[in-house]
Amino acid sequence: MSEPAPVVQMRGISIAFPGVKALDGVDFRMFAGEVHSLMGENGAGKSTLIKALTGVYEVDTGSIVLDGRPLSVNGPAQAQEAGISTVYQEVNLLSNLTVAENILLGREPRKRGVIDWKAMRARASDLLSGLNLDIDPASLLGEHSLAVQQLVAIARAIDVQAKVLILDEPTSSLDADEVAELFRVIRGLKQRGVAILFVSHFLEQVYEISDRLTVLRNGRFVGEYLTDEILRIELVHKMIGKEVAVLEGLDHKTHASASASASAGDGDGESKPLIQAIGLGSRGSIAPFDLDVYEGEVVGLAGLLGSGRTELARLLSGVDHADSGELSIDGVAARLRTPRAALRKRITYSSENRRSEGIVEDLTVRDNIVLALQADRGWFRRIPKKRQDELAASYIQALNIRPPDPDALIRNLSGGNQQKVLLARWLAVAPRLLILDEPTRGIDVGAKAEIQKLVAELADNGMSVIFISAELEEVLRLSHRIAVMRDREKIADIANDDVSVGQVMTLIASGAEE
Amino acid sequence: MRNIVRHRLFWPVVTLAALLALNVIVEHDFFAIRLQDGHLFGSVIDILRNGAPTLLVALGMTLVIATRGIDLSVGAIVAICGALACSMIAASPTPGSVGTVLIAVGAALVLAIVLGLWNGLLVSVLGIQPIIATLILMTAGRGLAMLITEGQIITVSSAPYKVIGGGYWLTMPASILIAGVMFALTALLTRKTALGILIESVGINPEASRLAGVRSRSILWTVYIFSAFCAGVAGLMISSNVTAADANNAGLWIELDAILAVVLGGTSLAGGRYSLIGTLIGAFVIQTLTTTVYTVGIAPEITLVFKALVVIAVCLLQSPAMQARVRNARRRRALQKQGTDAAGAPAVSPASLTNEGAAS
Repeated sequence: MSEPAPVVQMRGISIAFPGVKALDGVDFRMFAGEVHSLMGENGAGKSTLIKALTGVYEVDTGSIVLDGRPLSVNGPAQAQEAGISTVYQEVNLLSNLTVAENILLGREPRKRGVIDWKAMRARASDLLSGLNLDIDPASLLGEHSLAVQQLVAIARAIDVQAKVLILDEPTSSLDADEVAELFRVIRGLKQRGVAILFVSHFLEQVYEISDRLTVLRNGRFVGEYLTDEILRIELVHKMIGKEVAVLEGLDHKTHASASASASAGDGDGESKPLIQAIGLGSRGSIAPFDLDVYEGEVVGLAGLLGSGRTELARLLSGVDHADSGELSIDGVAARLRTPRAALRKRITYSSENRRSEGIVEDLTVRDNIVLALQADRGWFRRIPKKRQDELAASYIQALNIRPPDPDALIRNLSGGNQQKVLLARWLAVAPRLLILDEPTRGIDVGAKAEIQKLVAELADNGMSVIFISAELEEVLRLSHRIAVMRDREKIADIANDDVSVGQVMTLIASGAEE
Repeated sequence: MRNIVRHRLFWPVVTLAALLALNVIVEHDFFAIRLQDGHLFGSVIDILRNGAPTLLVALGMTLVIATRGIDLSVGAIVAICGALACSMIAASPTPGSVGTVLIAVGAALVLAIVLGLWNGLLVSVLGIQPIIATLILMTAGRGLAMLITEGQIITVSSAPYKVIGGGYWLTMPASILIAGVMFALTALLTRKTALGILIESVGINPEASRLAGVRSRSILWTVYIFSAFCAGVAGLMISSNVTAADANNAGLWIELDAILAVVLGGTSLAGGRYSLIGTLIGAFVIQTLTTTVYTVGIAPEITLVFKALVVIAVCLLQSPAMQARVRNARRRRALQKQGTDAAGAPAVSPASLTNEGAAS
């Protein structure tokens, strides 16, 4: 192809953090007047790449060229001066200031050292009309909808003659009309020759707005494609990929027994589901869904990031509140208002956010392991020190937690070992339903295999598990049944009888009913 | 040795020791304790006795701060409880009877618990930031105390009531015994049950604690009630000691002394792990500092400046950033020294040298 020279050319970018290779030899380029979507699941390296481009992270190896000159910036402010502007997911403007003040914050036009308010309003007005936005620059930003605030953030970004505009998940909190408005503005900017980097986990939107796609997976460059030339199914496949088979001794044999008993349950009513959700939903977070989980069954939730996997799990475990539908446990209607209530019913939820919702970082491994059990017993009946030591020692051994020191602070452990401590915390309360949200994300291959093995064993012993993972291979390998999620809706519920990754991907990509 | 210096109570203990040493230099019989009429007297006893109210308030404050909170209303609660007890005793026909005093003390402590419930309601149920929630009672509380005393300073002459703050039992001032018992009870209550670890858990990571089934709401409520209760006892002690209730001045700024005691004791204002022993030492440092100002004879005009300088010094010594700097500077100096010294110099680390210096 005879293409014009790219505005941005990143070659062989590698960035390593302690213990993790966040980016490994990634290539990325952007052309003027083009929308380029950066695709990949959580932890694929999208935000790291953006931070490399805006100078937040220093690259270990590789080169970044902007307009034919090597780029060396140190932080977003310098990047903006060089012509690279970023609008982040969360609108980070000041809602108690006016629109004009927000747009020109930090670079207000001055006359003899004093802010020239008139010139400021005129300048803001120009910028807004450039985006076809008809709002009063003197109005307070907080009075406007989120979409308009997002557009004001864009106006602020392009004021500095941006050559490159980075939009990181700009649509995550917008409704359909607002997205249309945003896209109108993006198309306008395209015509003015701005190169736009777009990140969104909504496939529809990616296909609607972008000209070019780059896919990253596990910090590696998978490929660059023209949007018109790649099918959705191919794209999903490339994003999720195939995992190297690292598991020994784990096969599909566990399906037969449990799925047999599950289907028997439907028929004669002898075995009731452990937990049954009928029309359970929460407005704005997940559409009403039905779900049964039987004893000893592993139900996998498949779907892309943001498809409603986590939201479903949080409704089942009392973390979030349902505003419609019913939930019954052992055939008895139950209302789970708090995680504590769920815990009493022996339902535990292990969050995907290990750091912010999992570990209590300044406490020891032992304290972290016994926390849920202790909370369940109440503060007055302290678990005797000896029993705590026994519990900690047995889980440290059973789950191979490193270092094997119950007095180590959990924050000093690696991600995989922290995850094992959290698993121990939930197992200590002897759950009947264990909900694991991305238990294997961001941890090393060995720990991952250990956790998968453990899940299979637990189910064999009669524990029910809901297993959420971005990696389809993993979901397929472990689950008896798979619920497929798409755009915050449960769209399919299939028994895992030789289901292939391809079939599930088709469902995720197209949403076709079985 | 290295572990001792790194221990978080190292610098508070050193400060306390240094202050006491300074007192001994100026006043050689500083540690002397006399037995007179079956009562113990001496400078150290005075420090303990005068520090008792601050220690009580700081005990409650420690648990509140461990949950990432703060309780600014304790000074006002001191005034309210003193005012209620004194006005009840003064209004009674038999101010000298033990029954009257018990009823008054009981009523004051119940009121303290109610005030704690109010703070807890604002913080744990309504989700108001602790500093604002307790600021309400801090300002309104003095008015409440004025209402109870009808704007007067109420003096009481009741022998049983005088015991709480000014009496003796088994040769020891009763206030020291009360504070000691409260300290021991708090330590037992939090460390022999799981309350302490759950308080720390909520303070370190509220959301993770919630997901683990910790009832953070009732824990928050408990610490604010406990803090108000401690302040109530301190209020009784202070008003008993001066046999009067002064709505305006009783417990004035005691919340700041208490917060200072907690921080000097190594508990972070960001919440999480706390140390009751640290708070005890912190409270003694503050009280010893006040006493030192008198024994050393520092001019009253610069008393506050002197206190502030000591506090700044302790805070700097404790701060991790400062310690890292000092360590780096020492290492650099040590490296330079090694460079100039002949090879094969004895392997003495700079840290161990200074430790010996500090210990002697």
